[in-house]
Parts: sequence; C-alpha cells; structure tokens
Amino acid sequence: MTFRRHLFSYGVTVPFAIVLAFPFVWMFVTSLKPEAQVYDPTKTWNFHPTLASYGFLFHQTNYVRWIENSCFVGVLVVLITLLVAMPAGYALARLSGRVGRSMGIGIFLTYLVPPTLLFLPLSRVVARYLHLSDRLWSLVVIYPSFTIPFAVWLLMGFFKTVPQELEDAALVDGCSRLSALVRIVFPVSLPGILTVVIFTFSLVINEFVYAITFITSAANRTLPVGVPTDLIRGDLFDWPGIMGAILIPSIPLALIYNAFLNRFIAGFTGGAFR
Amino acid sequence: MSAVAAAGGGGRRRRLRYVTERRGFLATFLISPAVLLIAALVGAPLVLAVYLSLTDAQAGSLTGKWVGLANFRAAWRDPIFQGALRHTAEMTLISQAVVVLCAGLLAHALVHKFRGRWVLRFLILLPWAAPISLTVIGFLWFYDPQASIWNWFLVHLHIVSAQNTPNWLGTPTDAMASIISVQAWRTIPFATVIFIAGISSIPQEVDDAAAIDGATGLRKFWYVSLPLQLPIAIVAVLFGIIFTATDMVVPYILTNGGPFNSTQMITTWAFTEGINAGNVGEGAAIAMFLLPVLAFVAIGMLVFARRAEVT
Repeated sequence: MTFRRHLFSYGVTVPFAIVLAFPFVWMFVTSLKPEAQVYDPTKTWNFHPTLASYGFLFHQTNYVRWIENSCFVGVLVVLITLLVAMPAGYALARLSGRVGRSMGIGIFLTYLVPPTLLFLPLSRVVARYLHLSDRLWSLVVIYPSFTIPFAVWLLMGFFKTVPQELEDAALVDGCSRLSALVRIVFPVSLPGILTVVIFTFSLVINEFVYAITFITSAANRTLPVGVPTDLIRGDLFDWPGIMGAILIPSIPLALIYNAFLNRFIAGFTGGAFR
Repeated sequence: MSAVAAAGGGGRRRRLRYVTERRGFLATFLISPAVLLIAALVGAPLVLAVYLSLTDAQAGSLTGKWVGLANFRAAWRDPIFQGALRHTAEMTLISQAVVVLCAGLLAHALVHKFRGRWVLRFLILLPWAAPISLTVIGFLWFYDPQASIWNWFLVHLHIVSAQNTPNWLGTPTDAMASIISVQAWRTIPFATVIFIAGISSIPQEVDDAAAIDGATGLRKFWYVSLPLQLPIAIVAVLFGIIFTATDMVVPYILTNGGPFNSTQMITTWAFTEGINAGNVGEGAAIAMFLLPVLAFVAIGMLVFARRAEVT
C-alpha cells in the first residue's frame, strides 16, 4: 500500500541512485583486481579478488604521507577559520538592518571568487614574498581565503537561530557581552560549529588548483594532487591502487556529510532566506 | 607598588570592558579580522591579477612592462582561446540544464518520507560528498580506451560492436560529452539538496489554501509551488554555473584540453599559458574572462536572495 503510494518516489530515486552511485561500485570492484587482469576483457567481473593493491598503496607509496599532509593542512586551516569566522559570523547575525545584511552578503560573494582567477598572482606572492614554495604552510596561509567566507556565511545562519533572550538573560545576570558570547552563544551553537568544521575540512581535502600550483615535490603533496600524479607503476597508472586511494577517504567523508547534511542546509539557506 | 599596579590594571580593565560593551565597537572588533584577512587573501590578489594581466610579466617575477590591453587583444585573436571560451560556455550551459531537470525531478521524489529514503539519499549524495578531485581520477579509468566500463555495457547491450568501441577521451565530441557528464554527475546532488530545502520552505498553510481553492497537480505546481521555491532554486543554479564555469579539476585531469585543444577551457588554458608556458601576464588576462561570469552570478544572487527573503 505505502509502496504504491510512493511509486513516483521509488520510480525516480532508485534509477538515479543506481546511476549516481555506480562509479563507486566500479571503483571498489577495480580496487580488488589483481594487476595482471585489469585490462583483460574476459575478466571484467569474474576474477580472483585480492587486497594486494591496498597493501601496495600503504607500504610502497607516499599515500599515508599525503593523508597526513592533507590532515595537517586541514586541521590548521579549520582552527584559523573558526578563530576568525566565529566572531564575525556572530556579529553579522546580530547586526540588524542594512549594514549587517549587506556585509554578510558581501563576505559571502568573495567565496565565489574562484581559485582559478587568483592562482597566478598568489603563486608569485607565495614564491617571492612568503618564501613558501613547495611548503605545506603555503596552503595553510592561502586556504582561509575561501574557507573564511564560507564559514562566516554558515555560522551567521546558525547564530541567527540562537534566541536573543538567552543572551539578554546572561547580561542581566552580570555577564559582559564578550563572555556571554563565549559562555552562552558558542556552546549553544556547538552542532552548527561542528557542521562548519566538517564542511571546511572537506573543502580543504577537495582543493586542487592551489595545491598543484604551489607544491612541487612528491613528499609534500596533498591527497588530491598526489593520487593522480604519483600513483604510477612503470609508465602505467596503477588503477586498482588508485581506486582504493579514492575510496578510502571518500566513504567516511560521505557518511559524515550525510549525518550533518540537514544542519548544513539550515545554515546555508538560513543566512539569507529567513 | 603592587597595589597601584593592580588598581591601574583594574581601571584599564574596567575601561576596556566599558568599550567592549558598546555594540558598535564590539561589532567592528569582531568582524574586522575576517574582513582584513579576506581583503589580504582575496582582494589584493584580485587587484594583482588585474595588474598582471596588463603587463608582460614572465614566470618568476611579479612585475613586467606595462602593455595595456595587448594581452587581451592577443588572447581574443587566438583561435585556441576562442575555442576555450566556447567550450566553457557549452560545458556550463549543457551540464547545468541537465542538472536542473534531474535535480528538479529528484527533489520532488525525495521530499516525501518513504521506507529506504535514507539509503537512497546517501547513494544520491555520494558524488557530491566524495572529494571531486579524487573521483575525477576514477572517471579517467571509466573512460579508458581499452577497458572502459561504459563500453562493456554498450557492447553487452549490443549498442556498439566489440571491435568498434568509442575512445571517450580521444575524440573531440566524445571528450566534451565526457567532461559535461562528469560535471552534471557531481552537481546533481548539491542542486537536489538545495531544491529540497526550497520545497520544504513552503508553509503548509499555502498548500492548504491552494487545495481549498481547487488547485491540484500540475496547476498547483505551476502557479503555487514553483513560484515559491524558485528563488532558492535559482540561487542553487547560480552556484552550479559559477562552480562549473570556473572549475579546472575536471577538464584538467580528464583531458587537459586535448585532443587538439578540443576541450580547452578558460581555466585550463590560463594554467597552460600562465604556469606551464610561464607567460604570467597572458595567463592572468585569460583568467580575467571569468570575471563576467562572476559578475553575472553575483548580481543574480543579490537579486534573488532578496526576493527569497520577501516571500
């Protein structure tokens, strides 16, 4: 009965889910193939599965190093972003009237300025003035350029949902505005802040243009640049290894994304549409 | 001595506290770090990019001889650049049209509660949640000339013969189609999610009122639901446009502009000229052609964000 009522929903979502998720299925299948059978047309689906490519990935490549690099940059950028974006997001949420709104949207619009427009001047600044060529610190310095606008916007949406009365009560009890912010507003907004942490971290894991421009040596690469440039055996791409290398970070990230998705949407649309 | 210092410190603290209690000051104090950082990391490089595009700067230097609009004129006359402009427009418009259709359908199906929705939503969101710069490498393998999985399906469905399978990334039209499908694949989940937010933002009372007035099915969708969810949906589409037009990851990894520049984009061409060939000035000028897209999207956002607020 309920199935028939939702025939439209199933009829649309099931085919789409199959098409959109199939690449990950095929990545998984490929990652289990023995190297000799990757190109064998008779062994497309029936082969002897092996975990050899995962072993190769972890023991004979820089893969673990790239994960560490990405996490190093990710953690530092998240910290810088929170430190700068939390106060700004709060102030913009509470500033009533035109000024607050226009500033909020103004900061958000800078998020739209793409890395592909800025990488040329930034690559020169990083090399000539910061002397950070081929250093992970160059990414730590530059990545806040897109994480801060993004985080300010999301946090603004979250802070708007904290009732003003809560703060007023703290002020009446003798709290200063700053300590009301630190003791009341930030703890209440913890789920929102966590959402920002996750999405900021995944922006960092995703970044490609700056990472490929600034970083030149294999040991300093981040995940998205190391996998396509260095996972080559002989002259050939090591496809099973590459597929494993894609799946390992993707699946946990996707699970966390889903858990926080509703909050993300609330913050993302809450900044303007309320 | 120490008592005096303590009193002085207390006074200073009281004065500090008096200042931080003033709303205007506090707001400025809280916002300025973000504004300064953005000015330094986005504003200054943007100005520098404009300046570089007007010089003949080469790799390794930040300055060059002023050449006015020569870089722009040279780029504009270059057939490869003209192609890049056209390909970028094609990639963006076609992929986003597909995204709007698919995401519109999906959003209306996913907005209802039904058994198994969580799993289906998880699968549909996968392309957006997984790091795109990694998954594109996966597509390089799916389009492999010898072992493409798409070709396996095509052969086994008897659509093409096993001797004559398409070389996806090796022929101009197929390469373009491959890039467009990956762009659509990765944007559909995001658009779906925002569309769902738009549909759920319609208050129940509006639905009820429409039902009382006898609006049902397509009429209700066209006259009631669609206009109400449109502003948020348009913001999602504008996002899709700017992210696709300015994206370098997908074309760079899949084809890097080839074969024979048939999938060269503004972004990949700016990278080739500016970083690989070392003509920083020319590369910056090429990237400048992304500015009109940015301006268009920014204006659209301002207009529709305001309209969304009114409804």
